[in-house]
Amino acid sequence: MNIVVLVKQVPDSGSERSLDSSDNTVARASADNVINEMDEYAIEEALTVKESQGGEVTVLTVGPAGATDAIRKALSMGADKAVHVTDDAIHGSCAIQTSAVIAAALSQLEYDLVICGAESTDGQVSVMPALLSERLGIPHLSGARKLTVDGSTLKVERQTDGGFWALEAQTPAIVSTWDTINEPRYPSFKGIMAAKKKPVSTVSLADIGVDASAVGLASATSQVLDFAGRPPKGEGVKVTDEGDGADKLVGYLAAQKIV
Amino acid sequence: MAEVLVLVEVAPDGSGVRKTTLEALTAARALGEPSAVVLGAPGTAASVKGALAEYGAAKVYVGESEDIDAYLVAPKAEVLAQLVAEKSPAAVVIPSTPEGKEIAGRLAIKTGSGFLTDVTDIAADGTATQVAFAGGTIVHSKVTTGTPIYTLRGNSVTPEPAPGAAAEEQVAVSISDAAKQTRVTDRVVEQKSDRPELTEAAIIVSGGRGVASAENFSVIEGLADSLGAAVGASRAAVDSGFYPHSFQVGQTGKTVSPQLYIAVGISGAIQHRAGMQTSKTIVAVNKDPEAPIFELADFGVVGDLNTVVPAATQQITARK
Ligand SMILES: Cc1cc2nc3c(=O)[nH]c(=O)nc-3n(C[C@H](O)[C@H](O)[C@H](O)COP(=O)(O)OP(=O)(O)OC[C@H]3O[C@@H](n4cnc5c(N)ncnc54)[C@H](O)[C@@H]3O)c2cc1C
Ligand SMILES: Nc1ncnc2c1ncn2[C@@H]1O[C@H](COP(=O)(O)O)[C@@H](O)[C@H]1O
Repeated sequence: MNIVVLVKQVPDSGSERSLDSSDNTVARASADNVINEMDEYAIEEALTVKESQGGEVTVLTVGPAGATDAIRKALSMGADKAVHVTDDAIHGSCAIQTSAVIAAALSQLEYDLVICGAESTDGQVSVMPALLSERLGIPHLSGARKLTVDGSTLKVERQTDGGFWALEAQTPAIVSTWDTINEPRYPSFKGIMAAKKKPVSTVSLADIGVDASAVGLASATSQVLDFAGRPPKGEGVKVTDEGDGADKLVGYLAAQKIV
Repeated sequence: MAEVLVLVEVAPDGSGVRKTTLEALTAARALGEPSAVVLGAPGTAASVKGALAEYGAAKVYVGESEDIDAYLVAPKAEVLAQLVAEKSPAAVVIPSTPEGKEIAGRLAIKTGSGFLTDVTDIAADGTATQVAFAGGTIVHSKVTTGTPIYTLRGNSVTPEPAPGAAAEEQVAVSISDAAKQTRVTDRVVEQKSDRPELTEAAIIVSGGRGVASAENFSVIEGLADSLGAAVGASRAAVDSGFYPHSFQVGQTGKTVSPQLYIAVGISGAIQHRAGMQTSKTIVAVNKDPEAPIFELADFGVVGDLNTVVPAATQQITARK
């Protein structure tokens, strides 16, 4: 079973993040960029499926030239090879445009299964897999907390409020994973060394047959008009419990007319 | 007046519409006259028409078919796309749930439109407000292509009643094979709670790793019940098996925006903040005075939750 895992490099959610005031796009150059945490679960799941079914795991990312840390991480966890689509024209693309690029890149690969994270921590759009399913005409099994592969039949438990939905579809298909699906492995020293020798092919828009005018900020389907830091909250009150913590807490709630 | 399509979210237990629907109907009025779209198995519309009329739906488009229930998401997007083609609405507003976002994405591709997810407000000129980076940045955005599609984040708009004719119009539903690829073979409910739904609750009391055990979550539940609140949990609490995953608040759990959020034994990691930072009032109880949650809190108590919280619960109960 050949699997493509989609990974995205994003500004570290634990660091200061912002938009770039020159064009209102995510400030990637100044940020501490890391693999989207949610994609580690997708990689882990792909490796697990490969271990039971055989085949190859290919990492696919669309992003700036520097977006290689995410690829390295995936390869050192155990993925076999990577495709990095990078092109200056992509800068500022909206999710719809990015989905066209990913779809074009996917159509040059042989896959039975595409696995991706449920959302990226920068945009938190969580629609990429649905967009790809729509474009490629393949089924989407979304929000997986469990994936079972039985020949060409895929079964997923889709996480819901208070339970799950059981889903079933045939390959080729795209599965998006929640962080409840597994515990991503840490790359071993051997894995990190081996990753350095694994093939990474860097491709441009022309290589995958996407017209540069179809992507990028100028033709994006939505635009950020302006942004601002959230007004800082007024300094809160902090009290230390000296036997009166509950009194003060209830006093505060009463002052707010909550109790 | 321009017509705005609003996709109705029906409560899974058949008890009517979710509050998100009323919020969406209210937000849609900024752009034009809302028409509700009810999609589901035969019989779905019957339980929801009253509420739709009460919140200003001029029309109610009803698309009912077993196929909508039997296959995941894609059939709903297909029927909605058909309606967009027929009615040429000014915009489409959808509740921002995982399913809502998937529908929005598919609809955008089918109709050649742009979309904005998790918006907290929509202005008359179509400009939407979004909160980015775990609540730290406010963004104004606009769709520049096709029919604007918005998904509206729960609890960001206060539902306001308005009279609506709710004139029913049946939509002929025929689902293509392409939309029938992912079959829903079962829907399993693992836990049911009598407390308010997390995403709809006005008050939430959440417990973290500091609660220390599943049994001790009764301390959190006690305070929640004294306030008529929903119970939430941090991921560390969920991962430690103290509380079920469906109560997780944060980046990979629920995004909530209640009037009051009480964080108990929660440090306030960025991923947790992502899900609760827009709460109107934030209260924290934590024994570590340096816990980052205090940076957010309007009111913080540095103390042991095991003494502070039960005592507070008792006082609140005594006041009733
Ligand atoms: C991909 C990814 C997604 C994530 N998604 C989420 C998410 O959706 N939601 C989420 O919450 N987290 C999420 N996290 C995890 C997040 O990074 C933190 O690990 C988590 O929020 C910590 O939970 P906590 O505050 O309960 O635990 P801790 O950080 O361990 O904090 C426990 C707190 O309890 C206090 N405490 C201990 N005992 C007492 C006592 N007796 N009385 C009072 N206070 C006490 C301590 O001082 C401490 O501040 C995610 C992480 C990743 C990598
Ligand atoms: N530029 C990208 N390159 C590769 N994969 C992506 C990209 N953007 C999004 N994805 C995948 O789609 C998932 C959902 O992302 P999003 O819709 O941006 O929240 C992510 O977890 C990734 O697996």
